[in-house]
Amino acid sequence: MLGFILRRLGTFIPTFIGVSIVSFLFIRLLPGDPILLMAGERGMSDARYAELMTQFGFDRPLLVQYWDYLTGILRGDLGLSFKTKLPVWDEFFALFPATLELSLCAIVFAVLIGIPAGIVAAVNRGKWPDQALMSTALVGFSMPIFWWALLLIILFSGMLGWTPVSGRISLMFFFPTDTGFMLIDSFRSGQAGAFASAVEHLILPTIVLGTIPLAVIARQTRSAMLEVLSEDYVRTARAKGLSPFRVNGLHALRNALIPVITVIGLSVGTLMAGAILTETIFSWPGIGKWMVEGISSRDYTAVQGGLLMIAVIVMVVNLIVDVLYGFINPKIRQ
Amino acid sequence: MNNTDTMTDGPSRPGRFAEFWSYFSENRGAIVGLVVFVAFIFIAILADFIAPHSPTQQYREALLQPPMWLEGGTSQFILGTDAVGRDLLSRLIHGARFSFFIGLVVVVISAGSGVLIGLIAGFAGGWVDTLIMRLMDILLAFPSLLLALVMVAILGPSLTNAMIAIAIVLQPHYVRLTRAAVLQELPKDYVTSARVVGARRVRLMFVTVLPNCMAPIIVQAALSFSTAILDAAALGFLGLGAQPPTPEWGTMLADSREFVLRAWWVVTFPGLAILINVLAINLMGDGLRDALDPKLKRS
Repeated sequence: MLGFILRRLGTFIPTFIGVSIVSFLFIRLLPGDPILLMAGERGMSDARYAELMTQFGFDRPLLVQYWDYLTGILRGDLGLSFKTKLPVWDEFFALFPATLELSLCAIVFAVLIGIPAGIVAAVNRGKWPDQALMSTALVGFSMPIFWWALLLIILFSGMLGWTPVSGRISLMFFFPTDTGFMLIDSFRSGQAGAFASAVEHLILPTIVLGTIPLAVIARQTRSAMLEVLSEDYVRTARAKGLSPFRVNGLHALRNALIPVITVIGLSVGTLMAGAILTETIFSWPGIGKWMVEGISSRDYTAVQGGLLMIAVIVMVVNLIVDVLYGFINPKIRQ
Repeated sequence: MNNTDTMTDGPSRPGRFAEFWSYFSENRGAIVGLVVFVAFIFIAILADFIAPHSPTQQYREALLQPPMWLEGGTSQFILGTDAVGRDLLSRLIHGARFSFFIGLVVVVISAGSGVLIGLIAGFAGGWVDTLIMRLMDILLAFPSLLLALVMVAILGPSLTNAMIAIAIVLQPHYVRLTRAAVLQELPKDYVTSARVVGARRVRLMFVTVLPNCMAPIIVQAALSFSTAILDAAALGFLGLGAQPPTPEWGTMLADSREFVLRAWWVVTFPGLAILINVLAINLMGDGLRDALDPKLKRS
C-alpha cells in the first residue's frame, strides 16, 4: 500500500511542477508587456515602469523568476494582484469558501438524486422507468448550463417570484462571516430570516451546477448496478429469499458504489469549470466569477494564481480518490 | 491460400458497414440523433436559401417582437426579433453553420494531432512515451473550460482562437485512447507477422495498427464534437468566443442576457438550439459506442 501511495506521489510531483510552469508561462506568453498593460492607456513614466518591473520581478532572468515563483507557491505567496495590489493568495482564500459551499451543495444535490435514479433505472432495466430516467440523464448531460440557469431564472425568479436572481444573501443582513460559509454564518448570526435568505440564494445555483454531475452519477450508478446485479453473490442472495430491498440496497449497492464514488471524486474538475459559468450568471462572489473578471480586467496575476490553485485542488482531490480507491480495491495497487 | 481468401472475404459475410449498421440501427435513440444531426447539416449548408431574412439586417420598427403565435407577433418574424430588430429564426439558422463548423474543426485538429501523438507514444515507448504522457497529465489537470478560457485570454477573444483552445484542451483524451489501444494491439500476432515480413515503422503505425484502434477514437470524436459545441458556446457566452454580431448561439445568448426577464424568446431559442444539437450528437455517440465497441457496451 505504501509503495502504491509513493508511486502515485511520484507522478503527482512532476505534474505539479508542470502545472506551475504552465501558470508561470501564462503571464510571459501574453501579447505585450504586462507592466504596460497594467498602466493602461495613460501610460507611465520610465521611473515608475522600472520600479514596477523590479517590484514584480520581471527584470530578472526567466529561470530565476521561475525559481522565485515556485518557492513562493510553497510559502503561500502568489504575488500581488495587478488591480488591487493585494496578495493573490489572500484574495483567493477569501473567495474560495463561496465556491466550496456552492460546489458541496451541488454535489450533495447530484448524489441525493443521481444514485436513487441510477438504482431505479438498473432495477427496472429496459422498462419505462429506465428509459425515462436515462433519457432525462442524457438531456442533463447535454445541457448548456449557462442557458439552463437563464431558463430557471425566467421561471422561478421572473414568473413565479420564488427565488432571488443574484448574490449569496439579501443585502439587508449584515453579520460577521467567520467561516465563509454563508449557511453556517447566517445560522450562527441568529438574525431572523438570514438563514432562509441564504438558502433561497443557494437553490438555483445549486441546481445549475449540480445538473451535469447528477446526469453522470445517474448513468454511472446504473451501469455499476447492472454489472453487480449479474454477479453470483447477488443471485445467491436472491435465491436465499432475501427481500428485493435487501438484495438491491445492501448487497448490490454497496459494491456498485465503489466506481460511483470515484466518479464523484473526479467530478471536481467539472464542478470548477461549471462554477465559472454558474457564478458569473448568479453574481456569486466565488473563484469562478473572480477568474472571469480577472481576464476581462486584465488582472493577470490573479488569473495566474487562480489557474494554479484550481489545478492543484483538482490534482489533490484526484490523488486522494486514487489512493482511497487503491485502499478499497487491492487489484488497482499493482 | 486462395481457399482461405474466399472464406474470409467471400460474399456470404456481410460487409463491415452492413454489420455496423445493423447494430447501430437497433438503437432507436441513435437513429433519432442521426436524423436530427443530418437535418442540422442541411440547415447549415442551405442557410442562405432557408433563412427568411438576413441574419444581420436590423428591422428598427420591430424591436423585441414576440414569436408569431403570441400577441404582438407577426408571421414576418416567426420566432420574433432580438433587441436590435434582427430576425431570430434567421440568426438561429445561420448559427447552425458556426456550430457545425466549430465541431468539425475542433474534432479534426484535436483527433488528428492526438492520434498522431498517441501513436508515437505507443510505438516509441521508453522516455518518449513517459514524457508525452506526463505532458498530457499536465494538460488534463486543468478543468477544460478554465484552460480554454486562459488560452483565449492569451490569444485574444475570437472564434478561431476559441476553436484552437478547445482543440488543445480535448486533444489529450485522443492521445491516451490511441496509446492504450496501440499498446493492446502491439503484442498481437498480426503485428508481429507484419514486422517479420518487413513492414516499416510508419506502415506498421498507420496501415497495420491504426485501423484496429479506430473504434474508441470514433466514439471519442462524437463526444468531443458535442463538447466542442458546448464549450465554444460557453466561451461565446462569456464574451471570449465569437464576437457580436456573429450569429453564434452562445454569443446570441450573451447578447440577450439583459432581456432575460422581459423577452423570454431571445434567451430560450438559441439555448434550445444548442441543447437539441448536442443531444442529437450524444445520442448518436451512444449508438456508435454500442455498435463499434461491444466491450464498452453500457448494458
